[in-house]
Amino acid sequence: MDELFEPVVIGFTCNWCSYRAADLAGTARIKYPPNIRLIRLMCSGRLDPTFVLKALAGGADGVLISGCHPGECHYLEQNYKVLRRFLLLRRVLTQLGIEPQRVKLVWASAAEGVRLAQEITIMVEEIRALGPLNWPAADTSIRTESPVVSSESLEIKEGIA
Amino acid sequence: MKQLKGQSGQERVGVYVCHCGSNIAGVVDVQQVAEWAAERLERRGVVIARDYRFMCSSLGQELIEKDIKELGLTRIVVAACSPHLHEQTFRIACQRAGLNPYLCELVSIREQNSWVHEDKNAATEKAKAIVSGGVERVLWHEPLEPLHVPIHPATLVVGGGIAGIQAALEIADAGFPVYLVEREPSIGGHMAQFDKTFPTLDCAACILTPRMVSVGTHPHITMLTWSEVTDVQGYVGNFTVTVRKKARYIKTDLCTGCGICQEKCPKKVLDEDFEAGLGYRKAIYTPFPQAVPKYPVIDGSNCTYFQKGTCRACEKFCPTGAIDFEQQDELLTLQVGNIILATGFDLLDARRIAQYGYGRLANVFTSLEFERLSNAAGPTDGNIVLRDGVTTPRTVGIIHCAGSRDRNFNNYCSAICCMQSLKFAHLVKERTGATVYNFYIDIRTPAKAYDEFYQRVLEEGTIFVRGRVAEVTDAARLPGEENRLIIQVEDTLAGLQRRIPVDMVILSVSLQPRWDAKEVAKRFGISCSSDGWIIEKHPKLDPIATMTEGVFAVGCAQGPKDIPSSVAQGAAAAARVLARIQQQEIALEPVRASVEESRCSGCRICNNLCPFNAILFHEDRMVSEINAALCQGCGTCVAACPAGAISGTVFSNEQILSQIEGLLLLNQSEPTQAEMVTA
Repeated sequence: MDELFEPVVIGFTCNWCSYRAADLAGTARIKYPPNIRLIRLMCSGRLDPTFVLKALAGGADGVLISGCHPGECHYLEQNYKVLRRFLLLRRVLTQLGIEPQRVKLVWASAAEGVRLAQEITIMVEEIRALGPLNWPAADTSIRTESPVVSSESLEIKEGIA
Repeated sequence: MKQLKGQSGQERVGVYVCHCGSNIAGVVDVQQVAEWAAERLERRGVVIARDYRFMCSSLGQELIEKDIKELGLTRIVVAACSPHLHEQTFRIACQRAGLNPYLCELVSIREQNSWVHEDKNAATEKAKAIVSGGVERVLWHEPLEPLHVPIHPATLVVGGGIAGIQAALEIADAGFPVYLVEREPSIGGHMAQFDKTFPTLDCAACILTPRMVSVGTHPHITMLTWSEVTDVQGYVGNFTVTVRKKARYIKTDLCTGCGICQEKCPKKVLDEDFEAGLGYRKAIYTPFPQAVPKYPVIDGSNCTYFQKGTCRACEKFCPTGAIDFEQQDELLTLQVGNIILATGFDLLDARRIAQYGYGRLANVFTSLEFERLSNAAGPTDGNIVLRDGVTTPRTVGIIHCAGSRDRNFNNYCSAICCMQSLKFAHLVKERTGATVYNFYIDIRTPAKAYDEFYQRVLEEGTIFVRGRVAEVTDAARLPGEENRLIIQVEDTLAGLQRRIPVDMVILSVSLQPRWDAKEVAKRFGISCSSDGWIIEKHPKLDPIATMTEGVFAVGCAQGPKDIPSSVAQGAAAAARVLARIQQQEIALEPVRASVEESRCSGCRICNNLCPFNAILFHEDRMVSEINAALCQGCGTCVAACPAGAISGTVFSNEQILSQIEGLLLLNQSEPTQAEMVTA
């Protein structure tokens, strides 16, 4: 029997809402699959689409983006900007032949620990059903891009960013 | 990036994995995580990795400090609880050991790992990934200093209700200048309209008007009534505020407030504001006799002279020649260091609750109308009478939660209605001897002496019916209902439907945000919840600050509140402002974006993204510049800059991209193929 595929999902959270929702899920001991690894940003508006591509190229099977509900942004309206980028990014991913479901945008306020945990659970199962992403040459090219190695690759990276 | 920072060999990283008693260690094999980091991340600069029972304890902190000194650590990663809990603790520990506090990274393996996962192996593997992400990220951290911003000693208070009055007086009493802006002709707010205040039943005017007079005469308070803030520029410590001082048509230096003009003015106007539509004022008026300031205003839209070009009666009779029909609106520019918003609330338009018949059935009153009706200085001299102005009601029904706790209107509890309705019940009983029914869902009397007041009203013989009123109607069906209002309600305690005929219905109408709250919030750079109330910085631990530094919100502007809470908040905001003024400067977290001018192409994409107007475009040099004091550090511009010319401290591209690599374990050296990873 095949071993169950365990996807890796990178989650980008907003410092003011969804990261706090994740904290709340913890405080309330709400369980969700350990396949997600979270990164804290100050605002979902900080999300550069490069981050998503970097994560997918580096071996992640899915990316969750999470911010404050529309109208509740800590920085007034920056979550609308991530919404725009997200919609564009999904189109780009489709053109690259990547299932757009691998990248998901979820609104979660600081009070919605349960909701965030549910969304994570649903997403992990969806990605599990999709199977591994297997981005071409996922493990070799990235390693040379790490800051240890060369400064040129970083120049390129920033240029994209 | 011109210089490579994250080079291993240059940086010496210490990794500290916390057990948090059994909170983390019960699920995550912390020892294994520490050993893994020491071995597999050695080539990434990890010099030492330890696990310890409680990292946040003084012994745990000393461990880090000792290692920094003895091992010459240049970067610290602590894997423990959420950074929202202990980031500051470990930053300060680093600082004590002589390391810049911003070279420390706290990653969460408790809230986001051990507390939410049950599979111990998976949780341990995830903890390794999280630590790895932290190590990669911390290599890109920069030593930073907090930003110091000077604080202008003057303060702007917007709104002259009780909360704003309290804030203004506290600051002015400490000897610092205050501008109090109020859009109505007089300060006093809603409280000035009330007759009695619960639970002590002292008269609102008796306790409020002395405060109003203190404001009016205070040497440090500049009162700007009949004025509105039209523009706010700048940032904490240094706001430039534009105030439109509407034309009063009165020379205030000549006016003595004698009131002859109001007597002589021939034009009677229904007073929709102060008298809630129950009384009349003149076209030249002060809203109430104790108004502060005492100068009247001329209401141009009702004044016969402004409308028809003749009259000028006030001018003829004014003994000091203070009337000036030529006056224009004035724009004032103020410099202030802090802003306190105390803009108050509106009542829900009771007409919207169609089933209660307000506006259609004459003897349905709103709570504010009843306040005026029962006020000794009100249109009926305090006589509680029906809309005809003479008949005393024999039976009165008071409906709680009218539009509150109702998903058709406002979901929230308006906080004051229970006590207000109890007060109404007492006043009706005391003054008319009528039978009083209170229709409630729950009675909420949580504050000091509130429940005692409820007991008192119970003992006075007010009848309490638990149930949300379905309808108020004048369609009589049964004998005794003719020419009366019938309240249809399910009495949920008795378990039956009841029809209760009454003469007068009072609706305890829901409080809601000012009609222009969202616009005002935008002007001051703060946000409102979906209900429209101003969002506080933290609902429990910082209920008076907002997310915008230097802007505070107190009283009903940020949610329904009674008078004691509004006063407490006004005073609390004043204390916060005074502390800053005393310090003369404020230290801000250095999470900021900045533009590298040589890389900026002047495309201006970032200019429109900033909601705080922190990005300034220099036309001459064709580059954008970010004002560090205005920037709040969201990073949206960093993400959007196509040239990569904007970088954001604490959340730079390198930091986040490296953290992604770390989380995906692209950095770990394989013990068997260690040579694969170049160091």
